[in-house]
Amino acid sequence: MLGNEAFARGAWEAGVRVVSSYPGTPSTEVTENAAKYDEIHVEWAPNEKVGVEVAMGASLGGVRSLSCMKHVGLNVASDSFYTAAYTGVNGGMVVLVADDNGCHSSQNEQDSRFHGRSAGVPVLEPADSQECKDFIKLAYDISEKYDTLVLIRSNTRVSHSRGIVELGERTEREIIPYEKNFRKYVAMPAMARKLHVAQEERLARIAEDSCEWDINDVQMGGDTSIGIIASGICYEYAKDALPDVSFLKLGIVNPLPKKLILDFASQVDKLYVIEEGQPFIEEQIRAWGVPVKGGKDMFTIQGEYSARMIREAFGEDVPEEGIDTSDAPGRPPLLCAGCPHKGLFYVLSKLKTTVMGDIGCYTLAALPPTEAMDSTLCMGASIGMAHGFEKATGSKENTVAVLGDSTFIHSGITGLINMSYNGSKGTVIILDNRITGMTGHQQNPASGKNAKGEPAPAIDLKTLCEACGVKHVVEIDPFEVQDLEKIVKEETARDELSVIITKRPCAMIVKQPDIPNVITDRCKNCRMCMKIGCPAIEIRDGRPFIVSGRCVGCGLCARVCPFDAIESTAKAGEGK
Amino acid sequence: MNTNILIVGVGGQGTLLASVLLGNLALENGYDVKLSEVHGMSQRGGSVVTHVKISDGKVGAPLIEEGEADIILAFEKLEAYRWLPYLKKDGALYVNTQQILPMPVIMGQAENPADLDRVLQENTGSLKAFDAMKIAEECGSSKAVNIVLLGAASKDLPFSDESWMKVIGENVKPKFVEMNRFAFTKGQQA
Repeated sequence: MLGNEAFARGAWEAGVRVVSSYPGTPSTEVTENAAKYDEIHVEWAPNEKVGVEVAMGASLGGVRSLSCMKHVGLNVASDSFYTAAYTGVNGGMVVLVADDNGCHSSQNEQDSRFHGRSAGVPVLEPADSQECKDFIKLAYDISEKYDTLVLIRSNTRVSHSRGIVELGERTEREIIPYEKNFRKYVAMPAMARKLHVAQEERLARIAEDSCEWDINDVQMGGDTSIGIIASGICYEYAKDALPDVSFLKLGIVNPLPKKLILDFASQVDKLYVIEEGQPFIEEQIRAWGVPVKGGKDMFTIQGEYSARMIREAFGEDVPEEGIDTSDAPGRPPLLCAGCPHKGLFYVLSKLKTTVMGDIGCYTLAALPPTEAMDSTLCMGASIGMAHGFEKATGSKENTVAVLGDSTFIHSGITGLINMSYNGSKGTVIILDNRITGMTGHQQNPASGKNAKGEPAPAIDLKTLCEACGVKHVVEIDPFEVQDLEKIVKEETARDELSVIITKRPCAMIVKQPDIPNVITDRCKNCRMCMKIGCPAIEIRDGRPFIVSGRCVGCGLCARVCPFDAIESTAKAGEGK
Repeated sequence: MNTNILIVGVGGQGTLLASVLLGNLALENGYDVKLSEVHGMSQRGGSVVTHVKISDGKVGAPLIEEGEADIILAFEKLEAYRWLPYLKKDGALYVNTQQILPMPVIMGQAENPADLDRVLQENTGSLKAFDAMKIAEECGSSKAVNIVLLGAASKDLPFSDESWMKVIGENVKPKFVEMNRFAFTKGQQA
């Protein structure tokens, strides 16, 4: 079972009734799998903050609830997260966050354990699929017993590995009646001060009690000269690397089970802390005055660890390195054949437009051959940055903000309201491909379906933009490249705020006819078709060539060809 | 018994199904197994790798490291080369000879290493390079290239034909089961 599937299974077994999340690699499959259970109301929220608030409301309503997100999503949700950490819960509530050590699919490698510590929330960290299931079930018991939100911290390697999982049955739980209690749930200053004191006391109790919990596993090996403290996936690497030494495997990483750690430290000669990311555990242990022989002085804060890396650091033998293949040319990901975004980025590249970009598949347009992106920061940032850029330079000329439909709803709309309110004359381009693409095609409020695949109201983006005070909103198919080019020129030259919505469904949800195109002998080898960056077009014998097995027949190359040299094989067949 | 299998290819080639089949086969035959996959951005035509670790004991970390793979299944030749350092000295490489040029090569900014065939030959315990794509197409779908490669590699794996056929039947859409079983057999004969 995939780690993320095991989380969903554990939530189901724990009797969870409400899940509200925003998709984000590597967390997405938890919510997708939860949606397969009829007993759970599962929804895609417009962003992570709303997701946490929905889960909090469900907890108040007396049921067990869950909200899942990627690490950067917790930043968005942190406003509700930090105060929910004060008020505590009614029904058990868990926030599941998946970090991305190694930046497999993210803009940074932030360490969510700090959010847990800063907010005052217990943090559990599973190491494999079985623990994903077990820990989330335990998290609900902790949540209800101690009246606290619980954070489960996963990461790419745990969420996206599969292992054997022993399944259990679902325990249905009575709804816990809601009782009005403004001293607990209304976080105004007078209450918040008291709630903060209660939180401090709660964490102290958990730090003490957790010394007895079996998710913290002391393994005194034959060798007590070396003792290693590790948690999550790092435990697996360290255990593979050094099977004979002594281990303290932590299942809870906030608050730290201090007595247990002190006891373990006293039984070993040299104490090491092995943790990916920041020295979260190490610094706390050092602050207690415990000598730590090795930690971040031996291992980097960047990326994923491996058993090999740990063996090397401890001077153990590692398999001999064979041939060096670092001269292999890179294979960066690229926009798919038939991708609607290609039309737009071909045009923006041609016009040499300054593009404030955003988070989604379209970030790939920053790479050759289009190279049509100047910045990417975080969800929704394109609009705020385009506005700031305009205010700084005093000009909006040939500058646009570009973001997807789901990203616009997530956190672009507030930026657009800001542009409208603060007198921007800029241009925002919304790539409306009718789906949340990069994370694997999740529905969103503009797609017309909900998380369970049932019909749902679709937000009309044009009307929404108009309601924000934008007078000029144009919708266009991005494959109409000539018209699109004209519109981009017009709107970026216009002395008023405007929005261009490029509408064409993602090539992976609406299949193209799959009738490949061919390059005919009218080709003058000008290579304009190479500028769209299509994975189906290669150079063979010095000329562009369409690989028929990869071409989906979208015809974008034919539209950009100045010599009308590309045609569909269907058409070519008719001519013969 | 420990068997480490690295499955490498280009995003979208069907590497994930291959690893899920191996995972289920291991489970079916009473082994412990861990798989590690790539989701998200790399699936868009990037270089992808899936790790499959099978053991009659217990599998710890899910990742295969340099010099630890018993078998590499490569869906594309350049990817076979890229991941070659992960193969044991006496390891087996099964490679689909079809090539997909990466964008930097198409753009003329980089070049594929010269003499790939010879390098692959010289740095593997055993090499089976064949046009799995062509066989898959002959069986009815280019998408069956993963099953053809698995068929070829099956002689190095501790699973019976019955077990393979059963797991294919359980993990492939009903209308494609027969075609995939046929592709598996063709892979065995390749």
